Amino acid sequence: MKKEMICIICPMGCHLQVDNIDGDCVVQGNACPRGANYAKQEAICPMRTLTSTVRIANAIHPLLPVITSAPVPKQKLFVIMEAVNRVQAEAPIKSGSVVAHNIANCGVDLLASRTMENIHGNKQSAGDPGHPGS
Amino acid sequence: MKQLELVIVGGGSAGMAAALSAFEQGIKDLIILEKDDELGGILQQCVHNGFGLQTFHEELSGPAYAQRYIDQIRTKEIPFETQATVIQITPDKKITYVSPKNGYQEIQAKAIILAGGCYERSAGGIQLPGTRPKGIYTAGTAQRYLNIDNVMVGRKVFILGSGDIGLIMARRMTLEGAEVVGVAELMPYSNGLMRNIVQCLEDFDIPLYLSHTVVRVEGFPNLERVIIAEVDAFRQPIDGTEKVFEADTLLLSVGLLPENSLAKQLGLAVDTKSKGIIVNEKLESDIPGIFACGNGLHVHDLVDFVSSEGNLAGRNAAAYIHGMKESAAFIKCTAGQGIGYMLPQCIHPDRIQEPLTFSLRVTKPYKQVKLRILKDGQVFKELPKRYLLPAEMVRIILKPEDLQDVRQELKVEVCES
Repeated sequence: MKKEMICIICPMGCHLQVDNIDGDCVVQGNACPRGANYAKQEAICPMRTLTSTVRIANAIHPLLPVITSAPVPKQKLFVIMEAVNRVQAEAPIKSGSVVAHNIANCGVDLLASRTMENIHGNKQSAGDPGHPGS
Repeated sequence: MKQLELVIVGGGSAGMAAALSAFEQGIKDLIILEKDDELGGILQQCVHNGFGLQTFHEELSGPAYAQRYIDQIRTKEIPFETQATVIQITPDKKITYVSPKNGYQEIQAKAIILAGGCYERSAGGIQLPGTRPKGIYTAGTAQRYLNIDNVMVGRKVFILGSGDIGLIMARRMTLEGAEVVGVAELMPYSNGLMRNIVQCLEDFDIPLYLSHTVVRVEGFPNLERVIIAEVDAFRQPIDGTEKVFEADTLLLSVGLLPENSLAKQLGLAVDTKSKGIIVNEKLESDIPGIFACGNGLHVHDLVDFVSSEGNLAGRNAAAYIHGMKESAAFIKCTAGQGIGYMLPQCIHPDRIQEPLTFSLRVTKPYKQVKLRILKDGQVFKELPKRYLLPAEMVRIILKPEDLQDVRQELKVEVCES
């Protein structure tokens, strides 16, 4: 039986036709190989990358945007969010650095998704002009 | 008065890309003026991922995408000033801005790039019927409160409009513990990217009511109820189809408009379809040396294309400063049947030396159609398209040799059948 599905891997949003032929998952309409993998994974265990924020001290804003280092099972999103909401970070922090290892024991790390300088310590904080004298 | 070769108004994705490419072309005497506290623009509050697939072949969050550009700006020591609000630009390219640090400032520039982004259509903008209680926000405002300022605007949320920011906020507020009771869309189709319908609404069983609109909001001083109704083919509410939702928050995701108040003040012609200014193949306005790019020119759905447009504007501004070839012969580019708008609106074929990208949007969804390109009324090319959606910008790239023989008009239209 043919099933229509929208690929969510990238903003292209390919319209996939997924068919089960003799037990094999056959995917059409995908512009890249990731579309086929997506359709197969959706059938077994849907995975999503989680993005959120955590509290951060000494930064330009009270929150630091974070992202999981890999997709996590869709049904675990709320469990992971509970853990994310308990994380406290501190500036300075670099984009891509680990904020929490193995978050909620789901096998992936929580990463900072931007750089935040310490507004008290750094000589060039994010709020200052790049090159004074302008 | 301070003299500079190039002033870039706006330090978001368009402005940063423009600054980097102009700098690479040898323009060192430049500045980015950014009104917010830091560079990055709207990306800083778009903490979700999906950015950068075209540019970096990676899926980044908004802040991570911005970070790549900010890091380059800092490494190359490209000057920028934050908290700097441009209040006037004159046709002879004098820029007036104010900032808490430097007060009232004037700069005489040789070239200017407008990269001021866009703004959200508000409750007043859509004449939302009912009381004016607390709890009604544009989706982007609520996004900034939630993702940057650590303020959750409500617990029981209804969303009007299926624009991408509204969909992203439906998921974001759900993950943060709010209950999103529904999304209403006036049109019979969604205005957001399909992937966002799937991963923001369907993933969380949030109902999407197509061909529905808000007919009344109730409650004072706080929002208590949102009443929606189905609309007919003329977008008029149908009596007897009302549904009532208890909600303390109504988010509006009903469209973005290029911020072109500075351009209007300059007297630049505005395209009533794209809502941004009219530009030629160099992304240059009616006034030579004043360029525009990004969401301030026309609203994009992918930041990657904002960056590439910024890059082009930066290179062209550099070429203008170095002495660009003049050309009198220009031809019109027309949005034909089924096309909402097309950019650029005019081109100088004799100046085009590299492949040129046309950006356009269709007026309604199409399935199994062709995009037909006509040169002076003659069919030049037909591009088959399986799906065309108003929410998904179409880009057509034509080679210089494809454009040399056009005399008066290049037209793109949707061809059904």
